[in-house]
Amino acid sequence: MLLVEAWQFILAHPERFLAALGTHIALSASALAIAISIAVPIGVLLSGAQRAAQIAIAGANIGRTLPSLAVLALVMPVLGTGFVPSLFALTLLALPPILINTYTAIRQVDPDIVDAARGMGMTALEIVRKVKLPIALPVISAGVRTAAVQVVSGAVLAAYIGGGGLGDFITAGIAMMALPQLLVGAIPATLLSLGTDALFASVQRALTPAGLRAR
Amino acid sequence: MTWLLRNWDQVLVALWEHIVISVMSLSIAFAISIVVGIVAARNERVFRWSLGVSGLLYTVPTLAFLALLIPVVGLGRTNAIICMVAFSLMIMIRNVATGLREVPADVVEAAKGMGMSEGEILRRIELPLALPVIVAGLRIATVTVISVAVVAAYVNAGGLGTLIFNGISNDHAPKIWTGALTACALAVVADIGLSHLEHWLRRRAA
Repeated sequence: MLLVEAWQFILAHPERFLAALGTHIALSASALAIAISIAVPIGVLLSGAQRAAQIAIAGANIGRTLPSLAVLALVMPVLGTGFVPSLFALTLLALPPILINTYTAIRQVDPDIVDAARGMGMTALEIVRKVKLPIALPVISAGVRTAAVQVVSGAVLAAYIGGGGLGDFITAGIAMMALPQLLVGAIPATLLSLGTDALFASVQRALTPAGLRAR
Repeated sequence: MTWLLRNWDQVLVALWEHIVISVMSLSIAFAISIVVGIVAARNERVFRWSLGVSGLLYTVPTLAFLALLIPVVGLGRTNAIICMVAFSLMIMIRNVATGLREVPADVVEAAKGMGMSEGEILRRIELPLALPVIVAGLRIATVTVISVAVVAAYVNAGGLGTLIFNGISNDHAPKIWTGALTACALAVVADIGLSHLEHWLRRRAA
């Protein structure tokens, strides 16, 4: 019954639903894209700098334990409410898993392979681009997958600081105790999260060389 | 800071509620995971299914999970605790099962040769050897549960999230800061504490 009412709510307000879904995806995708473009280069650079790496990884490990809602809430008094503060907080949440995985993966590249590449006359940049990154890609994409799911889930909470997205229906539904409206937010958010996980799982699989795949 | 000094009793109550619902959820999840994990360590199909289902639960956004439970159990602590248990199952079942699987087969063989029963082997050999891995799972689950509990304040479960939500609706920054920073500190302290326990157990096992 509730499901039917929720479906009717969507049919009655298609533009509101699509706008919220659009905001949710835009918020998540941009946070993830920004986090990747920051964390991957830094992870690569850190793999060559022991001292800095220790500090950065310790910081990332702490960042990983921070509750998502606390991070969103902490951003609000400083940056205010809306899309940009939400984007900033979600980007912060996405950084640690990508950074940690990139750093670990690059460090684990077999030194013999790097030596061979050097012997072939590759420059440091070429070694990173043509040797280290391709080998590290499966582990990096695992970090991106963790971050992606975390960002899509976190974006539901962005509703509290005016970031929009599907969380808006949930908060409104709870405030008015309107159960159908609650589901209009909760079910698509759940599907979006499961879909994101499945999508990045297949990306991760596609980036893993056939010989290294489990199963 | 002055707000915190004038309202420290309120903060302590919220912190205590937060710890209580976290510990309750973790205890329930731990009991379930030990049983399921022991079965899963011995049976490949149970392993796959339990991790598949609990992995699915783990992927659901926190707030959506709490919201989906409202039509079923309403608002309040029960809702929050079900949600928190669901979120920790995947991590703990996985670690109990893999911890048990990593116990060297020859150690188990030797115990069998000494005439131990299967129950004795589990209690006196396998579980103690798997303990560091189990505690590693408990550590991740604890951090996750503390984080979920912050959101759970929205369904009237109490805890530090209450300060954050009150602060947001009254536009009162010190309350937000206090709630959020205390929650972060709790997560970090729990993580560091359990990580020390894990390392101590590993050293003792080695």
